[in-house]
Amino acid sequence: MADPILELTDVQTHFPIYSGFVRKRLVGTVKAVDGVTLAVERGEVLGLVGESGCGKSTLARTIMQLVPLTGGTVVLNGKNLAANSATEMRETRRGMQMVFQDPYASLNPRMTVFATLAEPLLVHRVCPAAEVPARVARLMETVGLAPRFVQKYPHEFSGGQRQRIAIARALALEPKIIIADEPVSALDVSIQAQILNLLAQLCRSMGLSLIFIAHDLSVVKHISDRVAVMYLGKIVELGTAEDVIDRPRHPYTRALVSAIPTPNPDVERARQRLVLPGDPPSPIDPPAGCAFHPRCPYAQEKCKLAVPPLIADGPNREVACVRLGEI
Amino acid sequence: MPSLSPKVLPTADVTPAQLEHGHSPWHDAWARLRKNKLAVAGGIALLALTLLCICGPWFSQTYQDQNLDLGATPPGAAHWLGTDTLGRDLFARILYGGRISLMVGLVATFVALTIGVTYGAIAGFLGGKTDRVMMRIVDIMYALPFTIFVILLMVFMKEPSEKLDAWLRNTVHLEGMQGAGNMVLLFAAIGAVEWLTMSRIVRGQVLSVKKMEFIEAAHSLGYGRRRIIFRHIIPNILGPIIVYATLTVPAVMLLEAFLSFLGLGVQPPMSSWGALIKDGAEKMEEFWWLLVFPGSVFSLTLFSLNFLGDGLRDALDVRASKD
Repeated sequence: MADPILELTDVQTHFPIYSGFVRKRLVGTVKAVDGVTLAVERGEVLGLVGESGCGKSTLARTIMQLVPLTGGTVVLNGKNLAANSATEMRETRRGMQMVFQDPYASLNPRMTVFATLAEPLLVHRVCPAAEVPARVARLMETVGLAPRFVQKYPHEFSGGQRQRIAIARALALEPKIIIADEPVSALDVSIQAQILNLLAQLCRSMGLSLIFIAHDLSVVKHISDRVAVMYLGKIVELGTAEDVIDRPRHPYTRALVSAIPTPNPDVERARQRLVLPGDPPSPIDPPAGCAFHPRCPYAQEKCKLAVPPLIADGPNREVACVRLGEI
Repeated sequence: MPSLSPKVLPTADVTPAQLEHGHSPWHDAWARLRKNKLAVAGGIALLALTLLCICGPWFSQTYQDQNLDLGATPPGAAHWLGTDTLGRDLFARILYGGRISLMVGLVATFVALTIGVTYGAIAGFLGGKTDRVMMRIVDIMYALPFTIFVILLMVFMKEPSEKLDAWLRNTVHLEGMQGAGNMVLLFAAIGAVEWLTMSRIVRGQVLSVKKMEFIEAAHSLGYGRRRIIFRHIIPNILGPIIVYATLTVPAVMLLEAFLSFLGLGVQPPMSSWGALIKDGAEKMEEFWWLLVFPGSVFSLTLFSLNFLGDGLRDALDVRASKD
């Protein structure tokens, strides 16, 4: 961890559940993110995978300060975000931006592309007002859109074009890190690759860091340097993309990897799938010990006793499994 | 802050001629509205009535010119719509009454709109305890019986309203504006009641829009609360607001008619459509025209507003817009 741009230490995001009509009683807590420690280096692409409801999106929103942090710290570029005042916060927040999942919902339908891209420049006084139009045109070219479309409205673009606009908007404030929350899952498969390549190329050419959230390992492998696997609010495996996907260690990662379809039908037919029984447990009432044990084919009694910590397993590799050496 | 929509984009890459202009959602809604014949007819009828009420009295008798010898005459060449029992020209009185009714409708709706949108948007956006307290206040005001509220207001505000009248008469010398104090009271009373529903509608809309991703994007771009409410949320809920406003105007005019009917609204010799209908209803067995003409004009206005409102609702509906 030479030069991290973003450091998360034991980040927790809990949502209290209240019940009762007049007097609200606390009846439980959804532990959407429950103790995530992670560092993202400058220029690194970190893939974050896990099934629906495992807390990936909540983690992204917690980092972006869109939902309040319950515990732990988020340090961006050496600055603890929680220690900031509201004004400093807005200034610091410029360092990170988010690309949302649904390009049909993430752009204000009443604003032209120009208004959408010029607004952050003007609000944060990124450049003199006279230079804003030229700057907007450059942003559009950066993401592969012709500047002559600048006076059009979002509903006049395709999904892929809209996602390009959303990426341009995120780039407007010259962030150091971009958090992309399933940026391609709402797009046609033929468009997905274009957007992925655009993101990868932007990171390389501008030295950006990227947290790329997806539930599809093949997409993640294509773009990421490192991969973190999340299960029920916790990271269960972390390592380089090749290590995690080609040599998965945690039983959950193995199940995920075994679900990647292969294009070759002969290989596909012979493929051994590791199908997990049951559904992910409720984050309101997680199982004791390792949260994965009720679905794990290798589970033993000792798995129910304590929450397994992330243990280093070789260089750049961490796995949270009690039976790491045995299976 | 400079405008977000410059007419041209002067860069080396794009000349103004190459620039492709898009159609805003408003533009599309306007195109849909124009196809709706009933709504267009309603809009034209409203415009015509408004123009007639504004300009008509310049060429006619005034509402108080009376000819007691004439008494009530049926419609004829001299008095197109006849005269009332005091020999006043009914057509002139309908035009003058229309000025009052339309003004009450528009001003009171505007008052309700301003208060309701601001209040509802703040409650919905802030949420939590603030929202709960603000909406309970609305609930309490809903529970107050309207007539009692208005009567109380009229009684307590009688003195200030007479002072305003005296000031208008003696200091500004606007003789024609007498009764203005009473009008302001009427606006205040109706506005104070109608904003409640508006604030509930706006709050609900804000709740649904504020969870959308483009609002989250605005937060993560570090925009301030005021900018998010007024530039990102409200423009996206204007559709329902406009529709509700067009449906509020007739409701307000009915309220004014009701208050005038009770003798709390416009005072004679001035009149409004509500007051004229009340007079006509009392004498309809002998002098049918006193009820039929004011009633038809009032109904025509209400119909037009409702058709226009329905048309706007269809035109502005997000689900109907092309994606």
